[in-house]
Formats: sequence, C-alpha cells, structure tokens
Amino acid sequence: MPQSLTIVLGKAIRYAARLRGGGSALPGLFVERISPRFVPDTLAQLPHGVVVISGTNGKTTTTKMVVSLLESQGLRVFTNRTGSNFVRGVAAALLGEIDIKGNLPADIAVLELDEAHAVKFVEVIPPRYSLLLNVMRDQLDRFGEIDSTARMLEKVALATTDTVVMNREDARVRRIADKLPKTTNVRFFGLSDKLLSHFPNDDDLHGPLKKTPADKRPAAEVVLKDFNEKGAAFTIAKKDFVTPLKLKGVYNIYNSAAALTLVRTIAPEASMNSLLRALSTVTPAFGRGETITVAGQPLELVLVKNPAGFRLSLESFNPEGYATMIAINDNYADGRDMSWLWDVDFTSLSSSIYVTGIRAYDMALRLQYDEVSIEKVETELAAALTDFIQKHPDTPKRIYCTYTAMLALRKELGKITQVEVVS
Amino acid sequence: MIITILQLYPRDMNIYGDNGNVQVLRRRLEWYGYTPKVIEYNVGDTLPKQPDIIIGGGGQDSGQEKIHADLLKIGPTLKQWADDGVPMLMVCGLYQLFGHSFKTLNNLVLEGISILDVTTYGTNERLIGNIVTQSDSFGEIIGYENHSGQTFLGPNAQPFAIVVRGAGNNSKDGHEGALYKNVIGTYLHGSILPKNPKVADFLIKTAAKRRYGSFSPDLIDDMFADLARQVARERPR
Repeated sequence: MPQSLTIVLGKAIRYAARLRGGGSALPGLFVERISPRFVPDTLAQLPHGVVVISGTNGKTTTTKMVVSLLESQGLRVFTNRTGSNFVRGVAAALLGEIDIKGNLPADIAVLELDEAHAVKFVEVIPPRYSLLLNVMRDQLDRFGEIDSTARMLEKVALATTDTVVMNREDARVRRIADKLPKTTNVRFFGLSDKLLSHFPNDDDLHGPLKKTPADKRPAAEVVLKDFNEKGAAFTIAKKDFVTPLKLKGVYNIYNSAAALTLVRTIAPEASMNSLLRALSTVTPAFGRGETITVAGQPLELVLVKNPAGFRLSLESFNPEGYATMIAINDNYADGRDMSWLWDVDFTSLSSSIYVTGIRAYDMALRLQYDEVSIEKVETELAAALTDFIQKHPDTPKRIYCTYTAMLALRKELGKITQVEVVS
Repeated sequence: MIITILQLYPRDMNIYGDNGNVQVLRRRLEWYGYTPKVIEYNVGDTLPKQPDIIIGGGGQDSGQEKIHADLLKIGPTLKQWADDGVPMLMVCGLYQLFGHSFKTLNNLVLEGISILDVTTYGTNERLIGNIVTQSDSFGEIIGYENHSGQTFLGPNAQPFAIVVRGAGNNSKDGHEGALYKNVIGTYLHGSILPKNPKVADFLIKTAAKRRYGSFSPDLIDDMFADLARQVARERPR
C-alpha cells in the first residue's frame, strides 16, 4: 500500500477511534500491519534523531520535562504524550502529527517506552540518545526478575548510537556503562551523599544501606544537591544552581536532574538560566501528582506501581490535613501479584484510609497489619470515589492509585469536573 | 513470653514481598500476647542458639548464588533444628535450596541442604499467576507463583498441597510445595501468610507449644483476609 494511502486510512481510523472515545492501539495496529516501515521511515527524517526514555519509575514525568526543556531551546519535539508506550502507540501518535505526504514537523522525537517495548523498538529504530532512569521491582509477572529488566535496558543502551544518560545511584543501571563500546558516550546524573538515603532501591529494602561513597562513583554531569517543598538545588559542572519547581515528589525532582543531563547533551549550547526557567514551569504529568479541583477542593492523583515508588510517594506527601484514599487494581497493566504491597511501610499514614479497587481487601489487609485505621472498603471505584468526595467536602484529597485505577478514576472525575484530556 | 523468628538472608532473598510473612508473624504474635523478636541472618552472620520459627524467601538467581556457600555451611544446624521439630516456612528460592539440588539449564548443579526430599530443575517455562491449592491440614491455600525452576518430590516427601488452579511445583504432577516434620516449602507468595492465616497460626502454635508447652490464643479478626481470599480466588491467572 502506498505510504500516503496508509497515512490517510490511518488518520481516518484514528479519528473514528477517538470519536468512540477509544485509545490509540487500533490505528497504530493498522499502520504497523499495513506499513511496517512507517514508523522507522518517518522518524528517520528527524535532524536530531530519536531519544528513548526508559526505566521503571518516572518515565512519563521525565519525558514531559525533557520535552519542555528542548522546546525552550526552540526545538520542535514529537512525543508520545499519552504514555501509550508501544511501537503502535508511537505509530498512532505519529498519525496525529504528520501531513499526508508523511512529513513530520519536528526536529527530534522524545519517546517514553517501557523496558520490554523499548527493546523491541530499538531493534527497529536505534536511538541517537537514551535515558535510563532506574530498575525497580515492577510488574514482575511480565518481566520475570529485576536482573532481566536490567538486561533489557542494557540492550537499549547497546543500540544507542550517540550518548546514553544514566542514573549513577542505581547500581543495576550504573553497571550497564561497563558493557558499552568505547564509541558510546555515557553521562551520569546523580545525588549528593546527603540525599542518598531518600532514595532506597530494592536492594536496600532489608538490612543496612550499602551505598557506594561518592568518591567511588563516577562523576555526574548534574547532581541533585538538595531540595525542599519549593524547589531544588543542583550542582552542574561544579557550579551551584537553585530553582523553584512545580513538580511534586522526591523522585520527580531527582528525575529533573536526568532531564537536565539529557538536554545539556542534546543542546550543549543551551544556557543554564533558560533551562532552569523552563524546568520551573513544568507541572506534574497526568495522574503523577496531578491536581484536579473537585467541588472547590484539590484532589491529587498519585500513581503507584511498585514498592520503591509507593514508599517514595508516601515520603513525599505529608498526610496531615488530607483525606487519603488508596485504589489498588490487579489488571494486567497493574501487575497481578499483590506481594509488592508487603514491601511498602504504611505506618506513616496517620488518618483513616478509604480503600478501593479490585484488590481493595488485599490493601485493607495490608493496612490492618500496619495498624492503620480504615475508613471504609468499597471495591467499586466509581462508587468509592463519589462516597469519598461526599464524605470529605471541606478537605483536600489525595488518592494513591495503580495504573488502571488511575485511568478509571480520571474518567469518573471527568464526569463531574474539568480534567485535562490527554491524547 | 518471647518468640524468636529467624529470618534467613533478608538482604539477598527478599523478592516477592517475603518480608510480609515476617510482618504477619510479628503482629499476630503481638496480638496473641507474645513478644516477637526478629533476628535477621545474612551471609557471614552468627546463628542464634534456639530460634522458635525460621523463615526464608525467594531471590534472584544472583541472590541464590550469593548465599549458596553460606547456606551449605549452616545446613547441618538447620537440619538438626528441622529434625527437632522447629517450624519453618521456606518460599520459592530457599524452598528449592532446602531440597537436594537445583540443576540449572546450563547443567550447573547448585547443591541444596537436603532437609526436603525434593529436586529442582531449571526450565525455560515460567510458571506464573494466581494459584489456588488444597491442603489436608490447612484447607484452601491461596497465593501467587512466579518461578521457572520445576521441583519434583522424592519418595520421602509429602506435598504441602494439591493444586486446584495454577501450576505448583511443576507443570506435571499437580503437587505444590513439600513438607517435612514442621518444615513447609512452597512456591506461594502474595505474600502467603497474610491471606492464609491458618498457615501463620500453625507456625506460631507449633513454636509456642515447643517453647512454653501450650498455646491459648485470643481471637484475631481475619475478616479482611477472608474477603481478600474470596477476591483472589476469582481473579484471572
């Protein structure tokens, strides 16, 4: 089928799917089947190439930061904003952007891909740059083990043609640097020694912390020196910088160091002032600490996917003055195994917790053993959300939710208030 | 009244929420009026004199390699305790190493400590998903399995349970786990003890009776465990 016909039909399917309120998979699938070279050929036009962002936690927010920073430098960026991170998700996103002749009005593509999809993607399209965030216990029923997840990121790094940016403080990521050919550039982002204890990884779940001291770790391009509720301090090329931030959560703030390192690699001429100014305006990505106003009160959606992420979230957000709900689903995209809840310490939750989701009773059971009091358990998300909002009319609210619970809650919230449509 | 829980290799063998099992034992002991004392044993540590309950979990292949030599060293002591009737729960990776051996796909043989009469073979097939089993002693046991090693019972081993839904020890014989005296080996996590309080109470009761001669517990409200079991039973594999 000629490329132009593929594009026209693909666009038509995408339009029809959106009218039905459907997702990006169908039009992407169409293009993938009919014209498998569509995605690689279209992306090959880009003068600054393709950036792949992968890792367990923080892909969506980091991608959002990288896009904002690149745009602040005048670059036109193509990205997969929905976090629909399959090759066909990228195809669907491309269909929305290109013209009929197949021209993509962009200088660079920044794509977030989960580890397994990133491996398949880079086999077809070697990225010029890749950013490897972290390897944590997530959806193990899909990937098997953390070590095999790390091997997936290694494949992404090996396929990268110019520079790999990686997290110095994640030993599984850091070790990948030793496997790369000398022709591949490696740049690290890192934490000051003072902050290391804020970021336990899965190996630190038990027993004493065994962090490698700073003098034994490789030098980092950007170091997150310190942070508080208002902003962050970075050390970049031995100079100190301070900036206010709208992002929430310690992990998001750390990933801003990742975004800065990557963008300084792609656009070395960019001034730090302009980059930090752009960074300070970035808001949380949908469902990642996103704040929605419901009946005059803020409601925060905090996505939790794995023990390390959940622990960091609980550490990031003070429960004082908030009504708290936890929504746990076990659909395929959430991971079916509930074991992970037992590696999260919930004792910091002081008030009564409203529990919902398909696995609400597993969550309630977990809270029982941490002796956290439970306001109510209601497995149906929509009913629980309505009840939760009605029970706390005058209080800010926060909902910790797994991926499919977050999507369902956003949909419900969209019926009663203004929720940004992400497509 | 102190009850000592010995947790084997929490640093290297802790994947799949095995820590949840320790938390459940700790809390239930408190709720029953005992004082739990958890001792973590990692590679190179000294074993305590007389632990009341011993618990161990699963790990990555790399974790198993790290602890292997140390486990062989403490194996005879663990075997003595098992023979004496100390209650133990070994999940996944340590279940495998409590058997005779684990033969990997590359024909590497990781020797075990032979407390359980079982042998494990590495495969390319990952047995993964929600699992429901039936045990003579504990009734229905519900959990989640995720392993590529397949375990087979020898003539002197009894299965811990029979698989109702899922795979269990291997993809062939419908056995799940193994028993020897008061030692339970199993592939179930999820974690196993929170949703299966009968198994937790077996470990506690056995330990309390051995230490103090009797066990007369208060009632614990296991409503959330019952409801979580009902949901888990119906979820897709």
